[in-house]
Amino acid sequence: MDPTGNGHAVGEGELPVLTRKDFTSDQEVRWCPGCGDYSILAQTQKVMPDFGFPKENIVFISGIGCSGRLPYYMNTYGFHTIHGRAPTLATGLKAARPDLMVWVITGDGDALSIGGNHVLHSMRRNVDIKLVMFNNRIYGLTKGQASPTSELGKRTKSSPDGTVDRPISPLSIALAAEATFVARSVDTYTEHLQQTVERAGWHHGSAFVEVLQNCNIFNDGAFREFTDRDVREDRMLVLEHGKPMVFGKDRDKGIRLNGLAPEVVSLGDGVTEADLLSHDEEAEDPYLAYMLSRMWWPEFPVPVGVFRRVSRPTHDQLISAQLESAVAKRGAGDLQSLLKGGETWQVS
Amino acid sequence: MTATKESDQQRAPTVQELDRVTIRFAGDSGDGMQLTGGQFTRTTAVYGNDVSTLPDFPAEIRAPAGSLPGVSGFQLSFSSSDIHTPGDEPDVLVAMNPAALKANIGDLPRGGALIVNEDAFTAQNLKKVGYEANPLTDGSLSAFTVFAVPIGTLNARALEGLDMTTKQVDLTKNFFALGLMFWLYERSMEPTLRWIEGKFSARPVIAEANRRALKAGYAFGETTEMFHERYEVRPATLPPGTYRNITGNEATALGFVTASKLAGRAIFYASYPITPASDILHQLSTYKNFGVRTFQAEDEIAAIGSAIGASYGGALGMTGTSGPGMALKSEALNLAVMVELPLVVIDVQRAGPSTGMPTKTEQADLLQAMFGRNSDSPIPIVAPATPAECFDYAIEAWRIAMRYMTPVLFLSDAFLANGAEPWAVPDVADLPSIGVPNHTDPATFQPYARDPETLARPWAVPGTPRLEHRIGGLEKQDITGNVSYDPENHHRMQVLRAAKVAGIANDIPDLQVAGPPDGDLLILGWGSTYGPIRSAVERLQAAGKSVAHAHLRHLNPMPRNTGDVLAAYRRVLVPEVNLGQLLWLVRAKFLVPAEGLNRVRGKPFRISEIEDKANEMLTGIPS
Repeated sequence: MDPTGNGHAVGEGELPVLTRKDFTSDQEVRWCPGCGDYSILAQTQKVMPDFGFPKENIVFISGIGCSGRLPYYMNTYGFHTIHGRAPTLATGLKAARPDLMVWVITGDGDALSIGGNHVLHSMRRNVDIKLVMFNNRIYGLTKGQASPTSELGKRTKSSPDGTVDRPISPLSIALAAEATFVARSVDTYTEHLQQTVERAGWHHGSAFVEVLQNCNIFNDGAFREFTDRDVREDRMLVLEHGKPMVFGKDRDKGIRLNGLAPEVVSLGDGVTEADLLSHDEEAEDPYLAYMLSRMWWPEFPVPVGVFRRVSRPTHDQLISAQLESAVAKRGAGDLQSLLKGGETWQVS
Repeated sequence: MTATKESDQQRAPTVQELDRVTIRFAGDSGDGMQLTGGQFTRTTAVYGNDVSTLPDFPAEIRAPAGSLPGVSGFQLSFSSSDIHTPGDEPDVLVAMNPAALKANIGDLPRGGALIVNEDAFTAQNLKKVGYEANPLTDGSLSAFTVFAVPIGTLNARALEGLDMTTKQVDLTKNFFALGLMFWLYERSMEPTLRWIEGKFSARPVIAEANRRALKAGYAFGETTEMFHERYEVRPATLPPGTYRNITGNEATALGFVTASKLAGRAIFYASYPITPASDILHQLSTYKNFGVRTFQAEDEIAAIGSAIGASYGGALGMTGTSGPGMALKSEALNLAVMVELPLVVIDVQRAGPSTGMPTKTEQADLLQAMFGRNSDSPIPIVAPATPAECFDYAIEAWRIAMRYMTPVLFLSDAFLANGAEPWAVPDVADLPSIGVPNHTDPATFQPYARDPETLARPWAVPGTPRLEHRIGGLEKQDITGNVSYDPENHHRMQVLRAAKVAGIANDIPDLQVAGPPDGDLLILGWGSTYGPIRSAVERLQAAGKSVAHAHLRHLNPMPRNTGDVLAAYRRVLVPEVNLGQLLWLVRAKFLVPAEGLNRVRGKPFRISEIEDKANEMLTGIPS
């Protein structure tokens, strides 16, 4: 049966060439001036035309928090839902409408605190959604409480003496939940962000993208130590598939495996690129990606890029396949005989 | 065979014709009592009796064997005339062990028949439930007609030679009891033999064991001299049609598949396992060749969230649960209220609060359905009155949801869900379409423009060119649907949402009255109290009393004439399996001094309880 109802044809007709402007809605953007969200919005709007998808077939679904406003600014279909539940709506929508491209926009509180369960399960089901999590390590919309990614001991309005909760690594969680695409980028590293969002968009399956995003009001400079333009080459590791893990302004440092742990080494003095770990985003087992997800400044450069990208059947594909196989085995359902069931009798 | 015939002639039991019989099977929760009762019900329904059932089982899957908490029961009433309830009290109690006897004997009236599995009355089993002496021999059961049958021993003998463990053999003794009951009530074994054939086709030894057990029980009835009478209950004269036996949960699932066909939209049913609603998920998950997508969600919230997502995409998104799950869904329900998308939420009510008594019935979620969300949050509510009616109201729920672009709550309960009755299978070709079109015209599109008649907003699904728009939980500006904090707009939208739901009253049938249009007493009910109320009213009317019955299927909004109906009687009685929730609503809404009859025992009302209360109220009325 046509899931859209009434035989409405989906995405028919010619594909016009679209530009960023076509994806910009008429709503005034209302984030604080200087917020990292502007950059994420801009990169997202920029990459949309590249997918060649009719814009009516693209849906942005968000939860609650500053990030939740993004769908209002996208001139696609958009649904600003309730706190933490965006992945659930996306799961139902994608199951009913496999033809749509579905994005989930969320934040560190929305995705990892109130909505943690749904992130876990949408990832393990490989629901074909592109989840972009804005991580600013703070609750912004509620004006500055600690989030699940806030560093231990952080003083906030809700933790004047410092938090007593250890933060979690979003990407470790995504990997543990079997996400088939796991990546990280930074709001101010725009060309990298654009690339990362685009690669997530092309992925079939559950994509989890963490964007390190600056909240200049409640947690200004949360990532400055390693994301500032003048230090980022030395303090971030840009992952490239099939390439050795080299970083540094002078490309003179790298990551080597020592026993079961990574270590930073300087190239030269007998250490060559051949001694370094080589990045393999397509590795079936998640160990390398998991190790990378635990690396953080100042012990290590912070890895950005695609940690993992593997191919598995998506949730909606598996659902549709079961429906097709049921029809193949039993024929399209006959309602009248279904209603009669096994045993009937006549009264005349 | 000749010998048997002679002995038949010697002591052939007389056949007594009865209008109605109520049987209760009771045993350990591992004894297969639900299966036994279900088989007797099927056979009896196929034979053409009217039948009504009350399964009553513990939440524990296997409580300690032989203990009182582990007792599982199945009561069914069958008749040659139209009946509405599974019977107040059994005529026959089949007790498979001392615990089953102890838990149920209080319900057996004096003179009732008691069939017990004598083998289970061991010193150890008696002690487990606190019997100091064996009730089969100490004279304490002298008020009843007791048939002590060594069911276990006889059954084991019948299965001799089969390659089975003692435990496996013991598990078939319920079919011995079933066979005996088939003989006693002159039922054919054929439907059950066919069922065994289908069920155990891959396990021939188990199939043979069950066949032998069933036939041995039947043969025991035939050959023993214990029973002097057999009973016949002739087929009932139901309206012409093709009938089947159906439970409320089955009817609910079939109603949704039918709604899908009538709407021309696919089903997406999401649910988290919860008693007593899980069977709807189980059943719908077997209808994939009807395009039914089912989704076992990670929790109750994900279930409703995904259902809303599916409806947003143009499918029939729905979710089923019970009271505790309803509580978890309330925030998402309000999202559906705000974004005005169609959605159906099934609450198969059970005894609460909290986890309560998960397998027992109650109808105490009505006020939760009405009010259990933040802010003013109007949601239409429908409630079927009988198991078969679950089919009709599943379709009605979807008709309202789509026509008015609103979530709809469907209140069933454990009694309806598990109870069974004959159902005249409708001809699909006779059922009217409930389809509504998607909005597709960009020239006239405004996300919150309303149909002037229904006040419904357009259903514009993703994938429709040039209708790209944004919705969400923030307050909407009237017509445009843009986010709005304008005070006057918020007031207008609150009033519009309420008016939309209230207006459904113009689109539902008037409240019907069975009995005089005015008079001394009106008994008003809703949901599964229909059977006992209707039976009580029939008895009262037969006794010449001025009593009428009205039953609400639409709880929000109520039919337009509800207030007039209530005002036409001197007194109004509202029996409910809660502490007075519909009572509270009608008193508040219609300012009538209605009175309640409220019993919350996890069981349906007895007919006599309602009859007694009505008589008490009638004696207070000066004629």
